[in-house]
Amino acid sequence: MKKLLSFGILLLASGMPLLAQTYAIRGETVHTMAGESIKDGVVLVKDGKIERVGPASRVSIPSGYAVTTAKVVTPGFIDAHTVVGLAGYLNQNHDQDQLDRSSAFQPELRAIDAYNPREVLVEHLRVHGVTTINTGHGPGALASGQTMIVKTSGVTLQEALVDSVYSVAFTLGSSVSSNFTNPGSRSRMVAMLRAELLKAQEYANKETKTRDLRMEILGDVLSGKVKAMITAHRATEIQSALRLQREFGFDLVLDGASEAYLMLEEIKAAKVTVIVHPTMMRPVGEAGNATMELAAILHKNGIPFVFQSGYEGYVPKTRVVHFEAAVAAANGLPIDAALRALTIQAATFLGIQDRVGSLAVGKDADLALFNGDPFEYTTHTTAVMINGKWVSTQAR
Amino acid sequence: MNHRNLKPMLLGALLLAASALQAQDNPVVIRGATLIPVSGPEITNGVLVVHRGKITAIGGSSTAIPRNAIIIDGRGKVVMPGLVDSHSHVGGGDGGDGSAAQHPDVRIVDAINPRSDTFNKARAGGITTVNVMPGSGHLLSGQTAYLKLRANPKRIEDLLVNRSLDGIYGGIKMANGTNSLRAGGGTFPATRGRSALMQRNLFIKAQEYQKKMRDAGDDESKKPARDLQMETMVEVLEGKRMVHYHTHTHYDILTVLRLKEEFGFRVVLHHVSDAWAVADQIAAAGVASSIIHIDAPGGKLETMNITPENGAALERAGADFGYHTDDGITDSRVFLRSAAFGMRYGVSRQKALESMTMAGARMLDLQDRIGSLEVGKDADFIILNGDPFSVYTRVEQTWVEGTKVFDFSDPKERGFATGGLDIFRETHVHIACEH
Repeated sequence: MKKLLSFGILLLASGMPLLAQTYAIRGETVHTMAGESIKDGVVLVKDGKIERVGPASRVSIPSGYAVTTAKVVTPGFIDAHTVVGLAGYLNQNHDQDQLDRSSAFQPELRAIDAYNPREVLVEHLRVHGVTTINTGHGPGALASGQTMIVKTSGVTLQEALVDSVYSVAFTLGSSVSSNFTNPGSRSRMVAMLRAELLKAQEYANKETKTRDLRMEILGDVLSGKVKAMITAHRATEIQSALRLQREFGFDLVLDGASEAYLMLEEIKAAKVTVIVHPTMMRPVGEAGNATMELAAILHKNGIPFVFQSGYEGYVPKTRVVHFEAAVAAANGLPIDAALRALTIQAATFLGIQDRVGSLAVGKDADLALFNGDPFEYTTHTTAVMINGKWVSTQAR
Repeated sequence: MNHRNLKPMLLGALLLAASALQAQDNPVVIRGATLIPVSGPEITNGVLVVHRGKITAIGGSSTAIPRNAIIIDGRGKVVMPGLVDSHSHVGGGDGGDGSAAQHPDVRIVDAINPRSDTFNKARAGGITTVNVMPGSGHLLSGQTAYLKLRANPKRIEDLLVNRSLDGIYGGIKMANGTNSLRAGGGTFPATRGRSALMQRNLFIKAQEYQKKMRDAGDDESKKPARDLQMETMVEVLEGKRMVHYHTHTHYDILTVLRLKEEFGFRVVLHHVSDAWAVADQIAAAGVASSIIHIDAPGGKLETMNITPENGAALERAGADFGYHTDDGITDSRVFLRSAAFGMRYGVSRQKALESMTMAGARMLDLQDRIGSLEVGKDADFIILNGDPFSVYTRVEQTWVEGTKVFDFSDPKERGFATGGLDIFRETHVHIACEH
């Protein structure tokens, strides 16, 4: 469901003169994520888009292009699930909009109505090289609200927005019953969700109807226009999510999925993508059986997965998605598979692969520059570009 | 089970016991590894000899290898001292309750579960010595415990550095800032001013107790009645018991330094989120900092200005510092990551190595026993498959006092590093009241 404001960025950015904005980024290694990595590669950027990509021997840099060099160049990283912008770094009531505790079932809450593009945590992700995020309402309610896709730059929502409604965030598990008295048990959660989806089926089939925003968004879930992102850690909840998916035929995304390794055949058969829990997530509570090897296990079994920074109630108030991918790479996941999951795989998962996720002609010029292996603890992100504009040039 | 099968089993058990005994009695040699003693330059193709729990020799390839030594091939490996975590909550212990804001008589050793699986997380992360602390929800939440993460502990004594509850085996945990404030006050402070006042009054009371004890001399009749709170606080006043002081903002840090100046106790600053702002004052006070690396700022107001550059700022100012996990705030299994991020933000490699080992040892007054690979020190070391500060490096083995306490290649122990089904069944975290 896309409400693209694609004309936006260059024009909106402060009445800039309409001169061509041209840059050349030259990297000792350029991970285009569209074919082989290029040694001594060049990426040409013009007016916010990628103009050319290739080895320096074949791509000459036109005069007037400002040249920036780096050891390693990648597409900007994509965080497939976060809450930043709704959740703020101060962790006070006024900056925590990821979970409304007045009711456990509110799929009609929109992420666009709560997103703060100037939030420090958004900047924190941006300067480290994360350029696109799926953010919005968090885990902890049966249906907490919607999520959306934004770039991590821009001072207004319109500048940042890529897709205003990507998914509805559902949670199955004890975190829901600890936040709400109703539902108070696992089976009641599933019963409530089933009842609401049945209502939405009836609503969709009605000839004449008064507008009901909850029924409208659930209708979009049922028709597959909007994904159902279900946070489920225990195998019991993963099974419930898969069962509901079979019953109602919605487009399911499994989130967290700590015990996915117990359900590999079922998940594979359901052709579901897993948003792997943050690799360094604390092994406590519902996630007590989490393993740092989950991404590697899914990869080995041919189950599609992407990475997330997730939700944190305390510290770190956000994780950084490639820090989590790095630890997955240290726990059995091939490095190139980790890079793919952070870029083209995540873009395809979010349905925005025509715009981001690889360095290819015509795509948005979203790039991250590093002075070494992007996964190494001691490597700095040296510069970040979003939509053809430098948004950070200070080493982090 | 029939008796015909019992005999070979018994024999097997005897053989196993014999080989375990032999491992204790025979020297163990790690040969061919890169040794990082921390106290001196790295040694390539080195030899490390340990015997009866101590390091008996360390040097280059020509170092004499004792007869009967059990030899471990260290080629391609890196060996460094066991890591020292100066602030952790592994072990499931707790401290004072809501009845008061200050509990100097409360001992975390009375609450630790020696078999807690959280200790396995720490062993898998290469941690061999840990300062287990009660929480920061109090101005003074109790006595801390310095533990060696030996294998198969059954009693708390099996973990204490000197295997005994006699004498002083830990520090005292104090805190200022917002964690220990309660709206409405009562037995707790509601403001920073009252926090400092309550701590000051406790020290004054302890000074009076100390004076009465001194004045009484050997005259038992003149001694004040035994007071476990005051006895502990006198140990603090006399510098025998280190104060481990949780503090975040630059002005709270300076309050700690002021109290130290006033009462003369020895102190390690913990967390120290605004260290970058007052690094010179910390250095001038000669106080060490036990800091934490967190992947993002904030989480609460008093940590909004925390920066990964704190380590570099303290090093530049000439102040001693080390890292801690505050487990479960950060995960013991990736403890080395903390100093690696310190390096990323400007800490020198040598200081980064010290910050995981020697610095922590000094904070626990254990620098003569642990923190470096030197002859005579405890044989606490870790075997890595690469550089300590690379994400791809794994802690393969952890040894405490010459005994292996974690081995990644053992299928039964591998999960302590990775996690998985039923690995951490009773994991405790105190996220709500820590950091």
